[in-house]
Amino acid sequence: MSVIKVPGAGADGWKCGHCDREMVMKPVELTYLNSLFNVELPVCPECGYVLIPEALALGKMHQVEQLLEDK
Amino acid sequence: MEQAELRQWEHRCIQEESPQCAAACPLHVDARECCSLLAARRIDKAWAVLAKTMPLPGVLARICDGPCKTACLRKDVGGAIEMESLERFLATSAKPSKPPRPLPRNGKSVAVIGGGMTGLCAAWEIARKGFAVTVYCVAPDVGAALPEGALEGELEAMDRMGVTLERGVESSPELVEAQLEEMDAVFVDSDAVAASVLNFGEPDEVTLGTNRLGLFASRSGEKSPVFQAAAGRRAANSIMRFCQGVSMVKSRELEGPYDTRLYTNLTGVDAVAPVPVGGGYDESRAVEEAARCLKCECMECVKGCVYLKHYKQYPKVYVRQVYNNEAIVRGTRQANRMINSCMLCGLCETVCPEDFAMGEVCLEARRNMIGKGTMPPSAHEFALRDMAFADGGKCALARHAPGADSSEYVFFPGCQLTATDPGGAERAYADLRNRLGRVGLILRCCGAPARWSGRESLFGESLAELKAAWEGLGFPRIIAACPSCIKTLREAMPEAEIVSHWSVLSALGLPENARRDGGTLAVNDPCAAREDGAMRSDVRGLLDSLGVSVVEPYYTGELTQCCGYGGLLNAVDPALGATAAKARADAVNEDYVTYCAMCREMIARTGKRAMHLYDLLYPGGAEPCARPTLGHSERRENRVRLREKLLRELWSEADGVTAEDFEKVRVSCTEEGAAAMESRRILKSDVQKVLLQAERSGKHLVHGGTGRFLASFRPAVVTYWVEYESDGDGYLVHNAWCHRMHIEGAQP
Repeated sequence: MSVIKVPGAGADGWKCGHCDREMVMKPVELTYLNSLFNVELPVCPECGYVLIPEALALGKMHQVEQLLEDK
Repeated sequence: MEQAELRQWEHRCIQEESPQCAAACPLHVDARECCSLLAARRIDKAWAVLAKTMPLPGVLARICDGPCKTACLRKDVGGAIEMESLERFLATSAKPSKPPRPLPRNGKSVAVIGGGMTGLCAAWEIARKGFAVTVYCVAPDVGAALPEGALEGELEAMDRMGVTLERGVESSPELVEAQLEEMDAVFVDSDAVAASVLNFGEPDEVTLGTNRLGLFASRSGEKSPVFQAAAGRRAANSIMRFCQGVSMVKSRELEGPYDTRLYTNLTGVDAVAPVPVGGGYDESRAVEEAARCLKCECMECVKGCVYLKHYKQYPKVYVRQVYNNEAIVRGTRQANRMINSCMLCGLCETVCPEDFAMGEVCLEARRNMIGKGTMPPSAHEFALRDMAFADGGKCALARHAPGADSSEYVFFPGCQLTATDPGGAERAYADLRNRLGRVGLILRCCGAPARWSGRESLFGESLAELKAAWEGLGFPRIIAACPSCIKTLREAMPEAEIVSHWSVLSALGLPENARRDGGTLAVNDPCAAREDGAMRSDVRGLLDSLGVSVVEPYYTGELTQCCGYGGLLNAVDPALGATAAKARADAVNEDYVTYCAMCREMIARTGKRAMHLYDLLYPGGAEPCARPTLGHSERRENRVRLREKLLRELWSEADGVTAEDFEKVRVSCTEEGAAAMESRRILKSDVQKVLLQAERSGKHLVHGGTGRFLASFRPAVVTYWVEYESDGDGYLVHNAWCHRMHIEGAQP
């Protein structure tokens, strides 16, 4: 499956507080209602903590959720 | 929805029925459309509307006698539209239209005998249907003086349509006989032939058929040119049926004038007299006259409903969309949001002349979506979680009055009244105990949100718990304050006697501490009181006793409008809910008084001054309209605190509910943080759960610039993100957001 790159989904100054590591962009699996998406997102290279930025959650991700709910 | 049901609903919506003018015109000229275009100065287009429907339009438009005028609804508000004069103006001013293109030739031929208006119109209409037509006459004569070239123009058009005109032919029975031999059918214009020809008896009224097979004739003596033209069209229809060998009489009800069901409300329409015709209209006067047309339509339901307006159509279109939505197996269901946005308030059904109930259509569609598992999970989830909370251990309560071991009555304030005005609910309960004695208390939800969301089984479960509580108190009479609770419980618990708090107070008199300073207030009837005239009148009686002079909004009583909360609109489409509340707020200048907790919240949130009747009956000290509107979390906390307080103070009980760990997390919010939580429907408890999870796991993000923290947690089906900083022994929340997608293999 190809990896979806979302503009504006960078770490934007956030780093992992637990591991004290800078976030790196990595493919992450997102699922909703039997659909799976491989999205490149900021992830802590050590513990795997994933960041879903506000703009992504309320923008593109919300649109896709609504679309899947109407499928 | 079955297709038969769809048809029944579609039939009920009359918006697409013909206007009175078109129904009264035997040719069904669309005078409404014609006037609409002319009023917009689209003269050629307006003419095209006439030319499309009229045979020999250049002639008929000049001699039309306007039978539409007796049906025109304008006649009672100034005077009927001067349609004939508008037609004359268009016939002389518009660009001449091309004759209609006939259907492909069908190989059949018809003779028309007699060249009067009826015969020529018959020839026109028969030719359009693909027949070869020959007209036999001495000379074409429509019986009226016309401007030079008008008749000739239309005869040329007929020539192009394939009509052969044989001039100089005297009519005779022999001619008829000869044509019957030669042609597939013959039509006789009875007013334009020799009397000797009329030897076939009176033609049939519907088919114009005579006692000779294949011979059709108009009924003599018709003076109206439009009815003459209509006879020609009727003959054409009969001849086509005759030649095709199909029924001569079936489905011909809509030929000629018919009754239309279209209803048009004339309330508020100012009387405007017709523009004087004088010697005929010029352009500006024709446009002015056309603008008087009322453009008759129904739209009664749409006028009064923000929701029906929002989707830009009317119920006939909507019910088809609902039907199609259900039929989709693969692909996007386009109408889910529309179905889930109806307030289920019943106003459309009340105003509709045919009782079209959009609420019934939408509620049934919701139930079907639940049944099929196609209901969008996010649609009602938040509202149902709130209902579950109100029914849960932290809020629900059922007790006899303190010190009593039985209940004659039980007070049921409803979950939203206790959420928005716990003090008022507490004072009301005290008043009822003082004056009625053995009044128990049930705190919980009536189940309306489950019912509105289409979840009948969830509603059943909630109701069963409520019934068990009521039975446990010994089946007391229920005093309910919330109109939605009263409506819901009366439908679902017919075995219980349910009285409104308002009727109890009407009988008991005002509470001791009621504010009696009067003033003028606009009364807002909740939609749940639409069918409850007794409750509405009790409320007005109480307002009168309080010295209030009451102003009624335009939509009031059984025609009241929903505040935007009903049917869970506000949960599904908060923006549309707010629009509905705003429409209600803007309907009056005075401050509002209402008797539904959510009406008060919805209206007051728009900035309009609004109070609940409890603010006058059981005042809490502050100025009645000044009570703040509350966020989701505060409303929940109010219910919890009310239960705790009442248990402690009235029954000397500890609340018996153990606080959960997350509740101990101390949280405060910046203004931005609080606003984000409220608009994104994130509860304080959701935030506390995230922060507890971050505390326990030690996992969070930190921002290099601001030093703030960010953590997420998914307690059930929604992942919440909280941006925060430490604040002494607690946390200060700066922002929060959420999503429903699940991050696989990452933080919980």
